[in-house]
Amino acid sequence: MKRIVRKHPLAIRWFHWLNFPILAVMIWSGMLIYWANDVYRIGWGNKTILKFFPDSFNKALNIPFRLAEGMSLHFFFMWLFVINGLLYFLYLLFSKEWKLIFPGKKALKEAWQVILHDLHIKRTLPPQKKYNAAQRIAYTAVILMGFLMLLTGLAIYKPAQLYWLCAILGGYEWARAEHFIITILFCLFFLVHVIQVMIAGWNNFRGMVTGFEVVKTKKIPVEPTANNVPENNIQPTATS
Amino acid sequence: MKNKELILTSAQVRNRTLLSLVFLFSFFGICVAGWKWLQKQPKEKSALKPLRKALDANESIFLGMFNNNHLSKTYPKSLAVPRVRVNGNYGLNEDFDPATWSLQLVKSAGDTLLISLDEIKKLPKTEIVFDFKCIEGWSQVTHWGGVKFSDFVKYYGLEEQTQLQFAGFITPDEDYYVGIDMKSMMHPQTMLCYEMNDKPLPLNQGFPLRLIIPVKYGVKHLKRIGRMYFSNQRPPDFWYERGYDYFCGL
Repeated sequence: MKRIVRKHPLAIRWFHWLNFPILAVMIWSGMLIYWANDVYRIGWGNKTILKFFPDSFNKALNIPFRLAEGMSLHFFFMWLFVINGLLYFLYLLFSKEWKLIFPGKKALKEAWQVILHDLHIKRTLPPQKKYNAAQRIAYTAVILMGFLMLLTGLAIYKPAQLYWLCAILGGYEWARAEHFIITILFCLFFLVHVIQVMIAGWNNFRGMVTGFEVVKTKKIPVEPTANNVPENNIQPTATS
Repeated sequence: MKNKELILTSAQVRNRTLLSLVFLFSFFGICVAGWKWLQKQPKEKSALKPLRKALDANESIFLGMFNNNHLSKTYPKSLAVPRVRVNGNYGLNEDFDPATWSLQLVKSAGDTLLISLDEIKKLPKTEIVFDFKCIEGWSQVTHWGGVKFSDFVKYYGLEEQTQLQFAGFITPDEDYYVGIDMKSMMHPQTMLCYEMNDKPLPLNQGFPLRLIIPVKYGVKHLKRIGRMYFSNQRPPDFWYERGYDYFCGL
């Protein structure tokens, strides 16, 4: 016998997995658009450490000269990104799931302990519910990034009609740079997320697919109550 | 699965897991099939048909929300760049003779008015320093002078024409052409432009007369206007035919 515990509600799993192809198309079409004015780099003065993106990279992925295609994809899939994101956020608020995600007062301190634990420096973890403090901070940050993605995107999409939004974000060119930086952060999040999920293992991954996790217990206690006293008084034995 | 905890046999756990995995892989399969279906769709004006429909739907949404009081940000003259980027020379045929140029204003079929540059310069002059935005993603603060399109409309009595939905522009050599919705044309920052940085337009910036329309990407700022006309159907548009959005509104 196995004891399973509900972890992720069905709605959250749908939002999560829908986001994957939607973001993939948004990032891909974004790269087709960005190529037409690929000015960003890491470096100073004439020294460039990393160009976004190297020509070989663009050629390997067949990115050049596809601006029109990129824009038509981007401005269709943006609706799916926004609808999925807003429904997810509303669901968090109304289902009270936000209590399990938004970081609490001690989050920073606890997140540090989680990091020490993950680096095998510390043995114990602070007590947690669904997510530990580091996860709460990461997942909340990614929700914020989603909002910023929408805002910076709108600012460069309609800089005249939404002139005030464009101004708040530091002007047209800054908004474009911010939109790009958040995309890079999304990619980094994705990388860390996938690695962490691989480290966490099958049971955790299965949680996002089936909704439940199997809890390891030696004995499954059955409290005798008026309703469930077994007739033969046979205790089920755990086989996990 | 209402209760928070359940006790199941290993077989039940396995079956539930398998069922969910089948759902997940079907979902990925549908995504891949949907992507392949999309790529196989016929094209309309060089864009995949469903995406073209989405662009047109976006146009009606954002044109519906279009507000003439929302202006592109303007800058002091001192911030305008001295060397203005030249991007594209479609429609700027070398054979062009400025001496014989006049604007052909098609008021209706068979009623075309010829207007010289001097006549246009007599209309009230307006200037703008704004961040010119190219569809490629770059932008540049530039300084332009000319006549507000709405003033031009008043002077030449085009009230009837501007009741139509679109204005069309075409270069003298007919190689480049754009169509623009009337709301954007009547925007107070839209102008028929004959000066750049306080000097007459250079040839490569559209001398004698070009369009400056800050609520649109640069592709719509047609250089060297030959003919202007009005229509309820979308006038032909060079980059629209090459897969871009017709609206291109900012």
